[in-house]
Amino acid sequence: MNNRVGLVRAVLADHGKLHGSAATISATASLYSAGLTSHASVNVMLALEDTFDIEFPERLLTRATFETIDNLLAALDSVLGAEA
Amino acid sequence: MGTVPPSSAGLIRAAARIGAEIAAVVAADVDARARFPHEALEALRNEGLLAAFVPVRFGGAGCTVADLSAMCIELGRHCSSSALVFAMHQIQVACLVDAVGAPYFDELLREIAASGRLFASATTEAGVGGDVRSSICAVERDGTSFRLHKHATVISYGAYADDVLVTARREVDAAPSDQVLVHVRREDWSLSAIAGEWDTLGMRGTCSVGFDLQATGTVDQILPDPFQEISARTMLPVTHITWASVWLGIAEHAVRTARTFVRSTARKQPGTLPPAARRLAVLVGRLDRVRALVESCVREFDGLHATSPSAVSMAFTIRMNNLKLCVSTDVMEIVQSSLEICGLAGYRNDTEFSLGRQLRDAQSAPLMVHNDRILEHNAALLCVLKD
Repeated sequence: MNNRVGLVRAVLADHGKLHGSAATISATASLYSAGLTSHASVNVMLALEDTFDIEFPERLLTRATFETIDNLLAALDSVLGAEA
Repeated sequence: MGTVPPSSAGLIRAAARIGAEIAAVVAADVDARARFPHEALEALRNEGLLAAFVPVRFGGAGCTVADLSAMCIELGRHCSSSALVFAMHQIQVACLVDAVGAPYFDELLREIAASGRLFASATTEAGVGGDVRSSICAVERDGTSFRLHKHATVISYGAYADDVLVTARREVDAAPSDQVLVHVRREDWSLSAIAGEWDTLGMRGTCSVGFDLQATGTVDQILPDPFQEISARTMLPVTHITWASVWLGIAEHAVRTARTFVRSTARKQPGTLPPAARRLAVLVGRLDRVRALVESCVREFDGLHATSPSAVSMAFTIRMNNLKLCVSTDVMEIVQSSLEICGLAGYRNDTEFSLGRQLRDAQSAPLMVHNDRILEHNAALLCVLKD
């Protein structure tokens, strides 16, 4: 597991309030189906901004961004550039 | 209803006529007895207004949310309860239109166009603390059929509806937030009232009591998209717009009453400005601002739906929430100011200037989906939204 996805999973574990384990959920599984609420998604977003010291632009503040771990990683890639 | 769908302009005129000639006549009785406004709803059904938002290709009038808003304002001027029932019905129809493309819902829209079924909503539930985005009850699937049992703390006019849209968890082991919206029919449900009488300060004709709802159906009655998505792009904005329109109608009636009062006072002493005239001038400006806010949100919604309905942004949600927050408090203050202008004539229950019922009805606005909850939601969204 590379660093970025590990940090995303850690943020989801702390703030996502998922029903299953944030460490093991598939990167393509729906986080909403796993129990992510819109309220929790705001907290996940704030924690990701703090963790990566970034600000998500408004175009990324959509439901789709938070649908899956892969989508979150793609959003981070678009802000930070692809991971080395 | 004829074979040719009525025009939206014709339906708005019909709403105005039904409001003035039917809803207004029984409004005091509806209020006094806290009973369902049957007469107005029957007239709305007979004149095709329950199918107003059904697209033309399914036999409806193909109205926009701007048209619905105009109808809610017209009805709200005369009977707040009739107007609110109409609004709540249209919110459900908008959710069905959101599901266009699924054969079951295409057929259901044709049924609404043909017979004008009245839709209610069961989104609240005992045990979730008023959070409609969380469910305890679940769709219990068995092959192609399902069962559903919901302890619904409120189903407004549930005893009089033909259909209900119910939120529930997608399946028995789904998370509380993993919700779907399910259509259930009167013939497939049993309802037993759980919360006693609907004896409230205002909006007394909506009969918003709680029910224990047990229903069955087939799985094609489940709207295909997750409720979270339907809520964000359709249910929430259409709710805020149609409710705000009902409140605007109440406010318009109150200001119109105050204007009539001031004019009659002015006529008695030409050359002397009545004491309340300045107060009225301020009030008319305030009403104009409320109307402008409603119209701007209506335009934004219809524009978005005509182009890219799925592109609901956080900023859009915040603006729709603000519409609710602003108009719900403005309507109370506008009716209050109108009452102060009319003075004792407005305070009495037996004059043409009476505003007691409107004052009580308006008190519901900040409480129906409590403003504190909406403000908290906006506050959280603003923590992440950039300019």
